[in-house]
Amino acid sequence: MKMRCLAAVLLAGALGSHAQERPQAFLGARLLPISGPEIADGVLIVQRGKIVAVGPRSSVRIPADALRHDVTGSVLMPGLVDTHSHIGGPEGADSSAPIQPEVRVLDSIDVRDARLQKAQAGGITTVNVMPGSGHLLSGQTVYLKLRDRTTIEELLLTNEKGLYGGLKMANGTNSRRAAPFPGTRGKSAALVREQFVKAQEYRRKWAEAGDDAKKRPARDLGLEALVEVLEGRRIVHHHTHRHDDVLTVLRLAKEFGFRVVLHHVSDAAKVAKEIAAARVPCSLIVVDSPGGKLEATGMDWGAAAALKRAGGTLAFHTDDGIVDSRFLFRAAALAVRAGLDRQSALEALTLAGARMLDLGTRVGSLETGKDADFVLLSGDPFSTYTRVLQTWVEGEPVFDRERPQDRLYATGGFGASHDQPGDVHVDEESER
Amino acid sequence: MMRTTQMAALALLAALALPARAQVAVRGETVYTMNGAPLRDGIVLIGADGKIARVGAASDVAIPAGVPVLRAKVVTPGLIDAHSTVGLSGWLNQTQDQDQLETSAPIQPELRALDAYNAQDRLVAWVRGFGVTTLHTGHAPGAVVSGETLVVKTRGDTVDAAVVVPRAMVAATLGPAAKAADGKSPGTRAKVVALLRAELVKAQEFARKRANPSPEPGKEPEANLRSEALARVLAREVPLLVTVERAQDILTALRLAQEFGFKLVLDSAAEGYLVTDAIKRAGVPVIVHATMARQVGERENASFENASKLRMAGIPIALQSGFEAYVPKTRVVVLEAAIAAANGLTFEQALASITIDAARLLGLEARLGALAPGKDGDVALYDGDPFEFTSHCVGVVIDGQVVEREAR
Repeated sequence: MKMRCLAAVLLAGALGSHAQERPQAFLGARLLPISGPEIADGVLIVQRGKIVAVGPRSSVRIPADALRHDVTGSVLMPGLVDTHSHIGGPEGADSSAPIQPEVRVLDSIDVRDARLQKAQAGGITTVNVMPGSGHLLSGQTVYLKLRDRTTIEELLLTNEKGLYGGLKMANGTNSRRAAPFPGTRGKSAALVREQFVKAQEYRRKWAEAGDDAKKRPARDLGLEALVEVLEGRRIVHHHTHRHDDVLTVLRLAKEFGFRVVLHHVSDAAKVAKEIAAARVPCSLIVVDSPGGKLEATGMDWGAAAALKRAGGTLAFHTDDGIVDSRFLFRAAALAVRAGLDRQSALEALTLAGARMLDLGTRVGSLETGKDADFVLLSGDPFSTYTRVLQTWVEGEPVFDRERPQDRLYATGGFGASHDQPGDVHVDEESER
Repeated sequence: MMRTTQMAALALLAALALPARAQVAVRGETVYTMNGAPLRDGIVLIGADGKIARVGAASDVAIPAGVPVLRAKVVTPGLIDAHSTVGLSGWLNQTQDQDQLETSAPIQPELRALDAYNAQDRLVAWVRGFGVTTLHTGHAPGAVVSGETLVVKTRGDTVDAAVVVPRAMVAATLGPAAKAADGKSPGTRAKVVALLRAELVKAQEFARKRANPSPEPGKEPEANLRSEALARVLAREVPLLVTVERAQDILTALRLAQEFGFKLVLDSAAEGYLVTDAIKRAGVPVIVHATMARQVGERENASFENASKLRMAGIPIALQSGFEAYVPKTRVVVLEAAIAAANGLTFEQALASITIDAARLLGLEARLGALAPGKDGDVALYDGDPFEFTSHCVGVVIDGQVVEREAR
């Protein structure tokens, strides 16, 4: 596991910063750094895929050799973090069992899927691609940086714990099915509890064996992933909607000491106090109407504001294809409509989500040393009429509305959903 | 002098036209009447009969004493969702509340939306909260002919209290969505069309016999609800609402309309922008798919700009929320128009697509879709641009009754 991660880090490092010795300066935008107050006339300087300076024009020194981009009139903010998505057509667990932690979506994703380009068109630069919610535990998720590359390894994004994914779990109605799946909520929790007890046992045996290879239990890939969860390294991303299901997740997380992000959380407003007290973050979906299934009848645009009032932490997600990746901004805007303050809404699109993936030190805000992932907008982030003009990942333009093919991804149209036929990497240095 | 006399006469006429009593007045900083230029500081006065009595600038329209006044930044006609399945596809999405599609046979025009509409489904009130006052709803796409549609207001506890047009259109589908499941017939595009053509021929025959009954007693054509429903389509009493996505299926719908002479309304038409010339030539209107409809499957080539491209080609359009099988169980047509307004339609074109243009498409422009004297007192109030994500609908009036006052 560790070897694999290390290789990924080296690979990502080698590819992400190629040929960007010359600094690039973005001048004149209204900057929304997220980590600090808005800057009316700002400068962002990036080099080798990283942010090297950010601030008001009056205080940032622009290197003499910098490639200058005049972006006056636009709004510049960090690339969005989508904490829950299904772009690339991930396939997780199959119908053989309700709990399959050994399954990795990494082994199933089509990185040429046009939905990755559409996500870039929506301003998304970091994404947690998950298996579905039809299982109590449907497999390992994967954290991707939406670089223009053609293999899954080149998209992996390793976090502060040395992993590039979490673990997807679910309770409520989706995972209730014919045997061997659970038929009730009580049984759902019992199966999960049983599995975690097994993982505790496995972990204990490995610890006891120490360096004695003969005493070690046989390797179990599923339990290995659960041990990472028990050790607080791998985060559980938990589908849950109804208030009582939410509390069940909090109970299990406390019992086994695992770190969890609640996902969707239709009923968040009803149990906001309990969620906040447990210091468990929420990744919320915002859809156009309540219902569609029994556990989502409480869907409420005010959930985000209620969580905030209770002192909770929140991010937004698309759950693409439930919500198209091009409408992640809209989710936050609708939450603002229902009472969330603008700064929290901006954070919920970026830094808060990054932290939920243990990526908060690397992405999610405009700060020196962070990845040069950002979007240029034509106006206010919460306006219907605002367009994503450009999306940059690690100092490279991955979306530019001026390019006809990119415009097609932004608006849809003939061919916009077709997989990428060849190398989608754009090699030219930006001419802007 | 002459001019003054005329004006006085006009004022007198206007005063005479006032109903005995006004029941509610709506005053907006901007009033989009959809009947001429927007009014700055305008007033809509609704009479005791639930009809609009007067519309004009505040300087010209006096509000009678004692009449309650609702105020808002922006006022529009009550919105019309030109195609929905709300009231049939219930919000819980459980077997017992899904009445939008019967799959026992591919062609069942005899299914009446009137017999299925649940006026108390939670989603009716949900969309009303955003300013939607009229729904064209009914049987969903998914069978060759799935049944009839109806037009309702979003108020009233029963279908009878809500209904505007009990039998509005007959809903048909072409293309893969009309194929039957489990290897049953129809199983191909061409078979879908062959079945529909055969049933239309049967209805032609039925109508011919009915029009020319045999003089011999006992030889009158037997009652046949299926053919009767399609005969109404063939007689151009109601349109055939044909849901299609691909360009090839759009052209097939046009071919059938020409062959049988029915009034065609194209529904959804994701690839409509590819065949605007043919649609324009046929003089057929389009109820365009929800702008945010998922761009997958038959709709993989859908575009946020479809509505604007059709409109620019001179094709009459309206927007819809459409049918949703899962989450969200319904879309909200004003949010769909918003995305169209951000993708090529002007503000007023987008607003027209959910007010006056939708009314025209449904043949209801005499009653709905604009703020003008004599029309239904259906009004929506907003605290800003209704298309902004962060604006709220702050009031809804239907037939002069204030049905919503909470901001949403």
